[in-house]
Amino acid sequence: MSKQQQHWEKTRGLLMMTLAIWFVFSIGIFLFGAEMNEVTGPFGYPWTYWFTCQGSLGIFVILIFWFANRQEKIDEEFGFSEREDD
Amino acid sequence: MKGNFIDNLPKVYGIYTGGFLAFIIIMSIGEQMGMTSKAIGICFVAFTVAIYAIIGYLSRTAQADAYYVAGRQVPTVFNGMATAADWMSGASFVAMAGGIYFKGYGYMALLVGWTGGYVLVASLLAPYLRKFGCYTVPDFIGTRYGGNLSRFLAVVVLTVASFTYVTAQINATGTIASVALDIPFQYAVYVGLISILLCSMLGGMRGVTWTQVAQYIVLIIAYLLPVFWISNKMGAGFFPHFMLADEVARIGELEQQFGFVKNAAADLKTVPKGLAGITKAHSAVNATPWAFISLALAMMMGTASLPHVMMRYFTTPSVKAARKSVGWSLFFIFLLYSSAPMLATLSKLSLIDPTLSTGIIGKSIAEVQAIDWYQNWNSANLMFVSDFNGNGTLELNEFFMGGKAVVLATPEIAGLPYVISGLVAAGGMAAAMSTADGLILAIANAISHDVYYKIIDPKAETAKRLVVARVLLVVIGFAGATIAALEIQGILGSVIWAFDFAMSGLFFPLVLGVWWKRANKEGACAGMALGLLSGLGYLIWVRNGGSGFLGITQLTFGIFGSAVSLVAMVVVSLMTSEPSAATQKMVDEVRVPSGKSILGKQH
Repeated sequence: MSKQQQHWEKTRGLLMMTLAIWFVFSIGIFLFGAEMNEVTGPFGYPWTYWFTCQGSLGIFVILIFWFANRQEKIDEEFGFSEREDD
Repeated sequence: MKGNFIDNLPKVYGIYTGGFLAFIIIMSIGEQMGMTSKAIGICFVAFTVAIYAIIGYLSRTAQADAYYVAGRQVPTVFNGMATAADWMSGASFVAMAGGIYFKGYGYMALLVGWTGGYVLVASLLAPYLRKFGCYTVPDFIGTRYGGNLSRFLAVVVLTVASFTYVTAQINATGTIASVALDIPFQYAVYVGLISILLCSMLGGMRGVTWTQVAQYIVLIIAYLLPVFWISNKMGAGFFPHFMLADEVARIGELEQQFGFVKNAAADLKTVPKGLAGITKAHSAVNATPWAFISLALAMMMGTASLPHVMMRYFTTPSVKAARKSVGWSLFFIFLLYSSAPMLATLSKLSLIDPTLSTGIIGKSIAEVQAIDWYQNWNSANLMFVSDFNGNGTLELNEFFMGGKAVVLATPEIAGLPYVISGLVAAGGMAAAMSTADGLILAIANAISHDVYYKIIDPKAETAKRLVVARVLLVVIGFAGATIAALEIQGILGSVIWAFDFAMSGLFFPLVLGVWWKRANKEGACAGMALGLLSGLGYLIWVRNGGSGFLGITQLTFGIFGSAVSLVAMVVVSLMTSEPSAATQKMVDEVRVPSGKSILGKQH
């Protein structure tokens, strides 16, 4: 397998992982919205309410930065990252 | 000189922010000294718009690269701010807290959808489109798939989606300008339009970028300052985001105590149009899982297909910066979105809790009608009470409010000085202007670059191209303003449709263009055309009394449109020959960040 194929393989793996986390916090948990809202969560808000106000939103922010860092590492590993002066 | 400007950005915007804060202080001193509320409102709107116009003038350019993609040198954090302003529309600013106030959980799907979409932007599209080096989104479609038809169809989808959106934004600038400057709406729309064009006409994307950063700073201060102030004044907690659990629970208690009484249809007829009562639980789950998820999903896929957002990531210096910049965008959006539910909570509690001095439920109708702020907002057609059951006391079901009042009226109800209301008007204006600028520019650039330059006259010189681009900008702006002046749809309705249109036609052609090498021209054309048509058809069908299926409503018709688009694209692609070796090699190159961009620097 060429370097480029390996790079793409890893990139796709990272994409799948990112989308899996994204799916859980944008769709998955809201399948159980009613049940989850019965339980008290962070700062005393009901769990579902907290996820819709802050939780999911905040997790998305962190997820994107995490994704960007991982992708940079993959690019570096295969020597595909951009030159700094580019 | 230019490099200097980029290096000095933190300083420039630091001084700007300080200046704006000083301006707020001067205004509040003015208020103490007897400046009228009208004068304060005019000062706020006029001062901020004048600053944007100056930035727009200073950013003027005669280069295609600067006009279309701001010279590709916008640093990540600043691009994040610009995107956040580009993204958060008049609807986000003025109507979002109101939506949460009235509809609770069912509405919060929009919060999740409008943020979750950025994960798709970052992981599926933005870095690859940046590597491509295109000027516009149809530029990517046209080059990846080849042929004028695919390029043209992409322009059509882009125009349909963005134009739906932009009329709502011009409408919002008109509303705010008409209130703040006290002129009729029909004229205020054009005042708003001229302010918008001042930012974008001379500098194109460069002008829009630097004004959007300035607009973000104004709008975020204008949103957060009142929320924190109100929360502290009510004694609800100095950092509302982490401290309102008791207030949320208290609203739940009061809802139990009052109950949601259904009004008779005849009674409801007497309520002015556009006002609503509290009929849904504040924090309880009041929508089915599918209703929530389908709306969130439609907004997420729409986010990843809206060209005015995508083109902001064409302006970063590198692929790496494009990815990071998406993170910063969402962070800056998060600051406002996470505050909207808090504002809705504070606003609702301050109105309905009888133990608070501002609470009006349980008071006598005559007493409520004598309150100053009630009279103000009643005459602005945003508040209404009526004694349906004739007991002389205001009940929860007898109190009605417009969605905008949550943001616009809460500062006054909580007893904040008028200077805050002026600030909020400036913030709403900034939010609507920045989004309108991004949208008008997206449409005008797509038509000038993709239709005029790439299809009609490929030999046109830069100077001529930029003249065409600017003429189109003005024409599209005026067309948008003319339609906005007719006031057909509410602000939010047309915003949500724009997402559905965009995802119907563009989501899969964009995503598969990067992630599926086998996707070809025929497939993409079928995907765009059939996706858009089926989405539009579904919308028309449901609007005319059609029952719909699978719980897909007129707000989520993009789910149907994009499903058709996906099937059409895959089937047609597989039935026709695979893309040429050159195209496949191009896709390979897009997938690695290093090396030259696919399209040259000047194209």
